[in-house]
Amino acid sequence: MRIALFATCLADTLFPRAAIATVRLLERLGHEVVFPAEQTCCGQMHVNTGYARDAVPLVRRHVRTFGPYDVVVTPSGSCAGSVRHQHADVAAAAGDDRLAARAAAVAGRTYELSELLVDVLGVEDVGAYYPHRVTYHPTCHSLRVLRVGDRPVRLLRQVRGLDLVPLPAAEQCCGFGGTFAVKNADVSTAMLADKMRHVLSTGADVCAAADASCLMHIGGGLTRLRAGVRTVHIAEILAATETGREAPA
Amino acid sequence: MTRTFLGMPATAPRGVGHLREGEPFPAAARRALGDPQLRRNLGHATTTIRAKSGRVIGELPDWQQLRDAGSALKADTMARLPELLEQLESAVTAAGGTVHWAADATEANRIVTGLVRATGEQRVTKVKSMATQEIGLNEALAAAGIEPVETDLAELIVQLGADRPSHILVPAIHRNRAEIREIFLRAMPGVDPALSDEPAALAGAARAYLRETFLRTKVAVSGANFAVAETGTLAVVESEGNGRMCLTLPETLITVMGIEKVVPSWRDLEVFLQLLPRASTGERMNPYTSMWTGVTPGDGPQQVHLVLLDNGRSAVLADEVGRQALHCIRCSACLNVCPVYERTGGHAYGSVYPGPIGAVLSPQLTGVADNASLPYASSLCGACFDACPVKIDIPSILVHLRGRAPHPRAEAAAMAAAAYVMDRPRLYAAAQRAARLGRLTGRRGRGLPPPLSGWAASRDVPEPPPATFREWWARR
Ligand code: SF4
Repeated sequence: MRIALFATCLADTLFPRAAIATVRLLERLGHEVVFPAEQTCCGQMHVNTGYARDAVPLVRRHVRTFGPYDVVVTPSGSCAGSVRHQHADVAAAAGDDRLAARAAAVAGRTYELSELLVDVLGVEDVGAYYPHRVTYHPTCHSLRVLRVGDRPVRLLRQVRGLDLVPLPAAEQCCGFGGTFAVKNADVSTAMLADKMRHVLSTGADVCAAADASCLMHIGGGLTRLRAGVRTVHIAEILAATETGREAPA
Repeated sequence: MTRTFLGMPATAPRGVGHLREGEPFPAAARRALGDPQLRRNLGHATTTIRAKSGRVIGELPDWQQLRDAGSALKADTMARLPELLEQLESAVTAAGGTVHWAADATEANRIVTGLVRATGEQRVTKVKSMATQEIGLNEALAAAGIEPVETDLAELIVQLGADRPSHILVPAIHRNRAEIREIFLRAMPGVDPALSDEPAALAGAARAYLRETFLRTKVAVSGANFAVAETGTLAVVESEGNGRMCLTLPETLITVMGIEKVVPSWRDLEVFLQLLPRASTGERMNPYTSMWTGVTPGDGPQQVHLVLLDNGRSAVLADEVGRQALHCIRCSACLNVCPVYERTGGHAYGSVYPGPIGAVLSPQLTGVADNASLPYASSLCGACFDACPVKIDIPSILVHLRGRAPHPRAEAAAMAAAAYVMDRPRLYAAAQRAARLGRLTGRRGRGLPPPLSGWAASRDVPEPPPATFREWWARR
């Protein structure tokens, strides 16, 4: 299958490992991955901070960039959520109904990585090997906007060598919330403190999630504390094999 | 009798009532976060109530259908609110009650104060009511020389402690029993000085005080959870029986109700009386459900008044996205699941409406400029939307209100610049490179300007990778 990758601006700029792993994983499964270079950002930060009008050109760009592809994948629950649940509304609110219709069409072909694997490609065992104790943070937008349910966990359960430990209070927000993390830095930190406490209570050496933004937040807290727990994108785990490099660079 | 609106509906007036933030949410929240007792009380209370509510909701196979029904009924009500309110007015009047229309808090306070004055009484008992707190009725009564006595236990604790409520349903959620004992000893008339902090002893002291008050007071003021347009029936749901006392013992009963509380028909209560107790207190059925229709000769209050309160609600109704906030049945489920509320408590929200519903309702009632920080008091995690028994899409309303909030100039400029760069892939790639090579900051973010410095106060700044993804892709 020919799959267009929406890397997201955050993974592209700061966490390329998540996007690289997505490419390696899908290619290993026998699919062709393309990266339309005109892509930048879904505009979620603008919309969620109250600047929907500034996001209109970004929505237009996204729709133009990904319009030609049958299947679009992104390694981010919240960016997939933005494409699927915000783009058409942003366009409609700006009075551009044609753009709204095209955005809705792209939205219908856009999948978060675990949805693509389980629902479209029909695979749960991707042949990965990852000999670590891992706990999984499900992230709010994957859970409550996309409703990916237990798909990521089903994928992780099939990974050889992986010891999956349940995260207490997993469904609670880690406190990131985009600009919330800076506008309400104290509340955000209090939420993060509880998330880290739960992560540490599992004894895991890796905290995984399907969103670079939440991982940046949790990881930023864990390294500040020298907690000795790494944050890893689920794509990196699924891309790892017994023979290949564990962490693509 | 103000019933004509000219132009855009008015928002709730300043200087009366409790809907506005005294300081921005982040500052108030910061103070609350530093209180370990508050954090423990809130964490314990919200965790307990979440588990209890989750259990009884799980018993209903048709919970989702009930939520759909509740949501549809509310949407229908809002679509024909004026007509339903007039129907309600006729039905209440026909049953011997008197209906008053209050455009705002000032007018409602004036009406209620006047009604109490006309009875010649100097004390009223009160059933816990959000509407009367919203308009600051207790202060207005006190200024007129009338003593209001809150009869809900938690509300009484708040009143005696000269405090503010911090939860819709459990107003004293921020207090523990040692603090409650101290408040009673200090402020409750006739309290036994040997009072212990055992919950039963505290409840006993409140009961003795309230019994006495119920028997001696001839006027009561209540809110209403529902008003049936078809029959003119008003309904109050509560758990302590204090409401039943207030609604039946006095000679005069005055009810202050937000105009959005009307439901079309008696039958509709079937849906809401299933949704409300399970979502709010985690009970299968509400313990005390009191309903009255006008005056019943020789039984209960013989003077029955209904004050219909607007106070900004028509303005909310005029907003296509925001009007959903009027669907709220004040169950407080959204507070109990909110990770922000769980850590800050209710006072940080300034208004009597705290938590997620407060963050979308208060700014709409007052106009968003007067509560500008509230739409941002959420990480948009969506837990409130999932918990809401009438399916109010709180995250979408928050985002909508953020679009209407006044934006700091520097932020607006930065957002516009970011959008400009992100709409130009070449510029964008250059900016990525510059950020990486320039390395403006260390991992601890020294030198970052506010608000970004807020990030680095508790979180490391990510290490820039050796190459961006697009560089890697171009090279492979
Ligand atoms: S918004 Fe929904 S969950 Fe929150 S108090 Fe109102 S009805 Fe309950």
